[in-house]
Amino acid sequence: MSKAPILSLRGLCAKVVDEDVEILHGVDLELIPGEVHALMGPNGSGKSTLAKVLAGHPGYEATAGSVEYDGEDILDLEPDERARLGVFLAFQYPVEIPGVSIANFLRTAMQARLEEEEELDLFDFQDELLERMDLLDIDPSFAERPVNDGFSGGEKKRNEILQMAVLRPRLAVMDETDSGLDIDALQVVAGGVKTLSAEDPEMTVLVITHYQRLLNYLRPDHVHVMVDGRIVRSGGAALAENLEAEGYEQFRASES
Amino acid sequence: MPQNEVVQDLGLDQYKYHFITEDEPVFRSGRGLNERVVREISAQKEEPAWMLDFRLRALAIYNAKPMPTWGGDLSNLEAVLDQIHFYVRPQEKMERSWDDVPVNIKDTFERLGIPEAEQKVLAGVGAQYESEMVYHSLKEEWESEGVIFDSIEDGLRNHPELFREHFGTVIPSADNKFSAMNSAVWSGGSFVYIPKGVELRTPLQAYFRVNQEQMGQFERTLIIADEGSKAHYIEGCTAPVYSTESFHSGVIEIVVKGGAHFRYTTIQNWSNNMYNLVTQRARVHENATMEWLDGNLGSKLTMKYPSCFLVGEGAHGSILSIAYAGNGQHQDTGGKVVHAAPNTSSQIVSKSISKGTGRSTYRGLCKVYEGSRHARSNVECDALLINDTSRTDTYPYIEIEEQEATVGHEATVSKVGEEQLFYLMSRGLSEDEAMALIVRGFIEPIAKLLPLEYAVELNRLIELEMEGSVG
Repeated sequence: MSKAPILSLRGLCAKVVDEDVEILHGVDLELIPGEVHALMGPNGSGKSTLAKVLAGHPGYEATAGSVEYDGEDILDLEPDERARLGVFLAFQYPVEIPGVSIANFLRTAMQARLEEEEELDLFDFQDELLERMDLLDIDPSFAERPVNDGFSGGEKKRNEILQMAVLRPRLAVMDETDSGLDIDALQVVAGGVKTLSAEDPEMTVLVITHYQRLLNYLRPDHVHVMVDGRIVRSGGAALAENLEAEGYEQFRASES
Repeated sequence: MPQNEVVQDLGLDQYKYHFITEDEPVFRSGRGLNERVVREISAQKEEPAWMLDFRLRALAIYNAKPMPTWGGDLSNLEAVLDQIHFYVRPQEKMERSWDDVPVNIKDTFERLGIPEAEQKVLAGVGAQYESEMVYHSLKEEWESEGVIFDSIEDGLRNHPELFREHFGTVIPSADNKFSAMNSAVWSGGSFVYIPKGVELRTPLQAYFRVNQEQMGQFERTLIIADEGSKAHYIEGCTAPVYSTESFHSGVIEIVVKGGAHFRYTTIQNWSNNMYNLVTQRARVHENATMEWLDGNLGSKLTMKYPSCFLVGEGAHGSILSIAYAGNGQHQDTGGKVVHAAPNTSSQIVSKSISKGTGRSTYRGLCKVYEGSRHARSNVECDALLINDTSRTDTYPYIEIEEQEATVGHEATVSKVGEEQLFYLMSRGLSEDEAMALIVRGFIEPIAKLLPLEYAVELNRLIELEMEGSVG
């Protein structure tokens, strides 16, 4: 008995709004609940574009194909609507929001998930936040700092993982394209994903990375290779090791 | 002019109704400003002769001074001024009915979370008896320490010497055209005296006192903080102020004597037909501290530059302001610091937000007179633009005659970025909620200094203002 996919991409094509050049040229991908997938590929292959299209970034538009989440096409939904359905994007470069504490931000995000008349119970929220920080071994004072303002690379990732822990997504897309260079950041992400996956076996994770290094910390169930806007190879964890040894050139060659 | 129509479509603009009132004031001057009006005001108030002279001299100055052209657009103002009543004595009892208040306004009060008793006060349909009682019990406590907190009229009547010694000494009538106008026709406002060494823990809230009156168009406030005293005065509130007249010109004079510490907080939200031209200044003596905390929302045009004249050695002045310019509004605000003694220090922090076709202008002066050795001043102004149609300008004037002075100026302009919005929305916040959160973060350094209930109201107000702000 196989489960219904949580995410299913069929022939997805996408481009930057107001530009003619297509970046994704027909991506097919299927994620079953509870799986951890890695999407790898060289720079400029379209990995980050895919992450942004999944989350609904206004600067990108899908030109063909479909993105079904939990059986519904979500391409017409706003980013906040997708988030409220359980889609989470961990940003490659998290954005600074000066003057807004992480606690305040998360409280607002949790409130946004409730019906209009419903008020978030602040005491429950506080308990929950402390519990999540404890789980991830984050000091409580961290939540009082303004969102990403003056954060190191590792702290920004810690903040992304904390948000993920509080918001409890069903599908987490981790855009870690360049973070292979920052060991601290890498370990935060890998450790966080492991902890949260262990807690919620139904959570599905798509990790996007350029370097194999991240996958040393995090064993994916499936690895996909994206080159020039298409997924050219899918396989098990061994595929990542092959990539480390052979590089991406083999796929470019096979394409032409 | 049609009086009971929606002026604009969305957000706070919903409030901006004009009230129709059936009640006749006890006394109303004719339209426009002339000597007869000034004499009538003075006679109605049964003032001493010196005050009538003061008013008449101010009127002559007003008439002689040209309309200022260096700031916001005042080209329609003469026509407005010809039509307004310069003096309306409110009735003893307000007789508007709560039922007459438009549903939209009631709704907005609800959304701001204002208790019903308070809503009625804001809508001008009743006095808040609770606050009256609070005021009276606080007043007794203050009086036992010799604190005077009264209407400006009672100040003149009951404390004539103290009043005359200070009145018009911080802001002379001739300071500018509108200080001259106010000096000629002032009515309403507060008179405050804090005796030597007295420290007040409870802020003096004008709100409690003026509840039973109507907000004066030409309010005049005189505050004297005697040596070594410490107090905080709060004026206004975040809920919109309604007025059938479209002109407000106040004068606030504060004397902060040696070693005293005084903070004046004001938050005002005027209806969007209002010209709001206010002169507020403190004279700060040796080792004394003056802090202006100023929030300006609404109005058609606000021109307001809280000032600190640092006349005693070691005096410190601080001006922190937030301005919000919505569609069609112009906030021309900032601050002035004048260093006229050694070792004086000052700080100006100005934050403005412009939305839609709103325009915010920072206009500031830092003047350091020769001999003000080791004077230090720091100015920081930050502007946030919400839309492509929003506008901001910065006019910092710096005049330094002293070699041994340190003056810094920093200005930033930022626009709410697509990436910021996307980041917040990807966590489930709607576009409006994301915008409101960014704006709240932007003003947080100043908002956190506000008394809690004001900060909470300001946050709610920003949420309402940001509705429909994007796209």
